[in-house]
Amino acid sequence: MSVKTTITSQFQQVAREQDRTLAPLSDDMRLVQSGLDSLSFAIIVARLEDELGVDPFSATDAIEFPVTFGDFVRLYETSAKK
Amino acid sequence: MTAGSLWGSITAAGRPTGRLHGTQAVLDLADLSGASCLGEAIEQLRDRSVVLLCKSQLVAALALLELDGIARRIVLCPPDLSAQHLPGVIAGAAADACVRDAAAPQADILKLATCVTAEPRLRRGAVSRRAERATEWILLTSGTTGAPKLVLHTLASLTSALAGQQRAATENIIWSTFYDIRRYGGLQIFLRAVHLGSLVLSDAAEPVTDFLSRAASAGITHISGTPSHWRGALMSGAAATITPRYVRLSGEIPDQAVLDNLRATYPEATVAHAFASTEAGVAFEVRDGLAGFPATLLGAPGRVELKIEDGTLRIRSPGVALRYLGEGAEPLRGADGFVDTGDRVEERAGRCYFMGRRGGVINVGGLKVHPEEVEAVINAHPWVRMSLVRARRNAITGAVVTAEVVLVEDKGGARPAAEALTRELADCCKRTLAAHKVPAMIRIVPALEVSASGKLVRPSA
Repeated sequence: MSVKTTITSQFQQVAREQDRTLAPLSDDMRLVQSGLDSLSFAIIVARLEDELGVDPFSATDAIEFPVTFGDFVRLYETSAKK
Repeated sequence: MTAGSLWGSITAAGRPTGRLHGTQAVLDLADLSGASCLGEAIEQLRDRSVVLLCKSQLVAALALLELDGIARRIVLCPPDLSAQHLPGVIAGAAADACVRDAAAPQADILKLATCVTAEPRLRRGAVSRRAERATEWILLTSGTTGAPKLVLHTLASLTSALAGQQRAATENIIWSTFYDIRRYGGLQIFLRAVHLGSLVLSDAAEPVTDFLSRAASAGITHISGTPSHWRGALMSGAAATITPRYVRLSGEIPDQAVLDNLRATYPEATVAHAFASTEAGVAFEVRDGLAGFPATLLGAPGRVELKIEDGTLRIRSPGVALRYLGEGAEPLRGADGFVDTGDRVEERAGRCYFMGRRGGVINVGGLKVHPEEVEAVINAHPWVRMSLVRARRNAITGAVVTAEVVLVEDKGGARPAAEALTRELADCCKRTLAAHKVPAMIRIVPALEVSASGKLVRPSA
C-alpha cells in the first residue's frame, strides 16, 4: 500500500470513530477544513507511526507544519524515504 | 494588587479603557460602571455560593466582573463539564444559586433556589459595585475518579502573578487566548487583560481560522494557548493572520519544534512558555526560546520558590490555591507550604526538563486524564481481566491515551475474536468517557506486570 493510501484510510477511519464528517481528500484541501480536530490528528499521527514506522512530527529535524492534505502526505513520503 | 473586588482593582487606576470582544458582542469595560449584565438580579446573588454555568465566555466574563466582592463563592464551570458531575460540584461547593445563559442546562434540573439567566449584553441602570466581601473563586480540575476536584482560590491568589504590572497610559495591550477563561490558564489571561487592556475571547464552536481573523481585526498584541492550540493554529495556515508582539505557551510541555515554528512565524514577537497549574498557580516564564527551564530557578529566593523533591517539581508562592473543597478532601499543600505539582523534572547540564507526570496522569492537549478512570471503564467489560492505560507521546496533543488489555481465559471457546473485542472496548469507552480520554489504540496483551505488593506496575514515563 502506498503512503498516500495508508494515510487516506487512516483519515477515513479516525473520522468515523470520532463521528466527524470528512471533507473529500484532495491534495489542496486545507487540513483545517478537513472536519477533523486536533485530537483526531493526534490519533492519526500515532497510528501512522505504527503503520509506516515514522513520525515526522517528532523528528529532530526542523519541520514545517503541513497546511494542506498534500503537504501532510509529502511530509510522510519524505520521512519514509530517509 | 490592592484588596477589594476585581472591579475595584481594575478601576483603581482610573476608568478602564479596554474592551471585551466576544463572538456575540464587543463591550467597553468602562460601561460596567453604569450598566449590568445581571441587572437587579444581582441582589439575589449577594452572599451566595454561585455556580457559573454559561456556554458563552462573554457572559461568564461579565458575571465574574460583577460577582466578585458580591457573591460568597463563584464556581467556574468550564462549558464541557459533564452533566453527571454537576450535582457533585454543586454539593461540594455548597452552591445555592447559579448564573446561566440560554444555552446552559435548565435551572429546574439543578434544584437550586436561585437561578439567574444572563445575556451577553449590558443594560443601563443604577448599579452598586461596592465590594462587601472577599469572594472565594472555585476552579475545577480533573480527579482520579473522573469527578472534578474543587480548588479554592481568592482574587489575591489568582492575581499574585500580576504584582507590579500596571496599565501604562501609552501602551495599548490587547490580549487574546485560545483557552476558555474558566480554566486556570485562561483565567490568568482574563485577569491580566481586564487590568491592562482588552481581551478577545475565543469560542469553542468557532473554527480556528475565524478566531484568528477576529483576533487580527481586533489588533491583538498578546496571545496565549497550549502547545496543542498553537500546533492547530500553525496547521490552519492562518497563524500569520495575527501579528502579536508576545506569544505565550502554557498548560503543556512545549517541545523545541513548536517553539521554533512560532519563532519563525512571529519573528517580531517574544515567544515565552510559562508553567502554571490550577493548584500551584503561575510558577515561572521562560523567554529564551528553548524547551525546559534554567536550573538556576530551583532554590532561588523570591516571590515564587521552586524545588525538586522525590523527582517532582514543588512550588510555594502567594499564587498557590488555598485548599481543595469538599468532604474528606486531601491537603493541597505540604506542611512546608509547597504544592507538589506531580510533574517529574530532570536536570541536565543546567537545564530542567519535564519528564511526564507522576502517577501516570496523562496530559492530552492540556486536559488531564487519570489512567485509573479509563481502566475502570475497560475493566467493567466481562471479557477483560485487567488493563493498563498509559500515555504515548504525541507531537500534536503532547500525548494520546493507549490501553493494554489482558483478557479472561477463553475456556469454552465463546470469546469473541480479538478485533471484535477491541472494537467493543473502544465503543464502551466512547459511550462513557470524554473524547480525549478514549484510548487512541487498544492492544490485547498476554500479561501485564504486577509488583510484589500486588499492584499493576505503571511505567514511570
